[in-house]
Amino acid sequence: MQIDQDRGESMRDPALALQHVSKSYRIARNRGGTNRATDAVIGRLRHPLRRTEYEDFDALNDVSFAIEPGQAVGIVGRNGAGKSTLLKLITRITAPSTGQIDLRGRVGSLLEVGTGFHPELTGRENIFLNGALLGMKRSEIRRRFDEIVEFSGAQQFLDTPVKRYSSGMYVRLAFSVAAHLETEILAIDEVLAVGDAEFQAKSLALMRDVAQQGRTVLYVSHQAQTVTTLCTAALYLDCGRLAFYGSVEGALSQYRDSFEAFRERQLDPATRAGTGELRFESATMGDTTIEPADDKVVEFTIGANPGLHGQYFVSCHLNDANGVMIAQCDSRLVGAWFDPGAPARGALSIKDLWLKPGRYSVDLFLCKFGVLDAWEGAAAFQVLPTLPYPQIADGEAARKGIVLADFSYERW
Amino acid sequence: MEPRIIRPPGRLDFPPVRELWDSWEVLYQFGRRDVLLRYRQTAIGVLWVVIQPLVAAGVFAIVFGQVAQLPTGGTPYLLFSLSGLLIWNVFSGILTRSSGSLVANQGLVSKVYFPRALIPLSTLLAVLLDFAVGSVLFVVLLFAYQVNPGWAILTLPLWLVAGVALGSGLGLAASAITVKYRDVSYALPWIIQILLYATPIAYSLEAVPKDLLWLFNLNPLTWLLEGWRWATLGQPAPPPWMMLGTAVVSILVLAGGSLVFQKMERGFADVI
Repeated sequence: MQIDQDRGESMRDPALALQHVSKSYRIARNRGGTNRATDAVIGRLRHPLRRTEYEDFDALNDVSFAIEPGQAVGIVGRNGAGKSTLLKLITRITAPSTGQIDLRGRVGSLLEVGTGFHPELTGRENIFLNGALLGMKRSEIRRRFDEIVEFSGAQQFLDTPVKRYSSGMYVRLAFSVAAHLETEILAIDEVLAVGDAEFQAKSLALMRDVAQQGRTVLYVSHQAQTVTTLCTAALYLDCGRLAFYGSVEGALSQYRDSFEAFRERQLDPATRAGTGELRFESATMGDTTIEPADDKVVEFTIGANPGLHGQYFVSCHLNDANGVMIAQCDSRLVGAWFDPGAPARGALSIKDLWLKPGRYSVDLFLCKFGVLDAWEGAAAFQVLPTLPYPQIADGEAARKGIVLADFSYERW
Repeated sequence: MEPRIIRPPGRLDFPPVRELWDSWEVLYQFGRRDVLLRYRQTAIGVLWVVIQPLVAAGVFAIVFGQVAQLPTGGTPYLLFSLSGLLIWNVFSGILTRSSGSLVANQGLVSKVYFPRALIPLSTLLAVLLDFAVGSVLFVVLLFAYQVNPGWAILTLPLWLVAGVALGSGLGLAASAITVKYRDVSYALPWIIQILLYATPIAYSLEAVPKDLLWLFNLNPLTWLLEGWRWATLGQPAPPPWMMLGTAVVSILVLAGGSLVFQKMERGFADVI
């Protein structure tokens, strides 16, 4: 683990300190999980000596760090790196398997907006219920009641059951309650991504205020931009381990590098997910640098497994640089099936999809009843910064949106 | 500020009484929610609280009092069965409501932290409110039938506490076990149904054949009911061993239930 020099030393009493914290989940290997007492008893009677074999899955592995009060710390990492588990441990939702966590102050959490809201209760009743759940006293809620209502913009609907709220209003009210908590430590899991752009900006500003008041904020996100604007330091988690703790730029650059490292690891079929009964052998782009409107061609070869019966199909996901899935191309939709008896070669062509300039990656999946091979980042390509439109306008004209569209205007 | 230290769960942790006490607000809000919701969007609302025990007691009075003509020790049958149902409903109400409460609130359990025991315990409020309404009805009937329970009524709170402790203890354990094994939610209504008839609620111990009496005497709920009828109807006092037994069993059940709950609590979010 790397630690910035200026941060490792000179620590005040930390608001939050983790010492060698691990969390492992036990996954039963030789049975499909018992949810019935009778099954458990019968299983025990049939095989009195057999012990259930467990596989330990380490969601977090020997994580230690300390955070000073008043810091806003971003937590970044790939899916499954342990970000949410870490927040769950700090907020005490689940208990660590080993290690120790020291907390100075109350921990408020915003793990999922609207948890604890009851659809049948009115907005007013829900504010009190939810506030209590999040650890506020009634006097505290009453004191901040007007602020909460005003922030959410739900004044007129306070005495309406929240089941009649629009989803946007529901989320805004829920966020307002949680954001106005007066806890010393606040843990947030990607909830800022809710609501419209205006509300997001308002929420972000509020979160920044929270940190400036000397409260400690922990923020989990996939969005590099929010982490940069909101956080003063960042943690980078990789496969349950703390790989970096220090400056925001440092953590984000490691995070970005990890995509490349991950892609390299995935070249070895043994590291990939899926049952492995059949694997892709290679995947290449027809062209790794293309214009936005060009056809996208992915060529692939697949091994053979004569022992496998029935046909299988292939699915391909196209993702942009932020990890947003742009398109899912499932071969079942176009009636393309493959036979596992012999090695297969094939190509996917995507026509009429205009991509914005930038870097894209391709995930390939091989499926029958389950997933046989899941190859994330099987290929990548670059879309050149040109626009496929007849006229040139300033950059603003095509900045927004995820893809480009083939459109025309007519004047009547 | 002293840090709060979180460690992995130990073998036998004691319930965090202090923390539970500090979060009474959550208990109140949960209970309030249950009460508010129960009769929202109903046509006759709170009247249900009165109608339910009254009709049940009426049916018992007709079936056991008129059809089977069982003895009650001189008390009018309606009064006799209503008295039994009052304390029975406290016990079974807490047990039934709390047993499924954790699973019903699994969204909360896996997303926010608060002492989990508050969820099953919060069912107490709604049940006690029903009890209070039922008691008013009962007192009216006491006057109507001119029955005077006498000084024994002073022991009523103790029997009530015992009923609450038995219900909560079993309810805590049942709710925790339901998180892992949903069988409880199927078995429990059935067990409660059997207990309703196995316990002298709608009939008195007088009606029980002498050679079966020992079987009834094994059931702690019998002791509770005997004591309760002594306190509410002025019937003969139960033998001292029953009084003592009720106290001991209530404490043991409540303590046992809390320990079972505590033992399983910290794994809830992982298995629910």
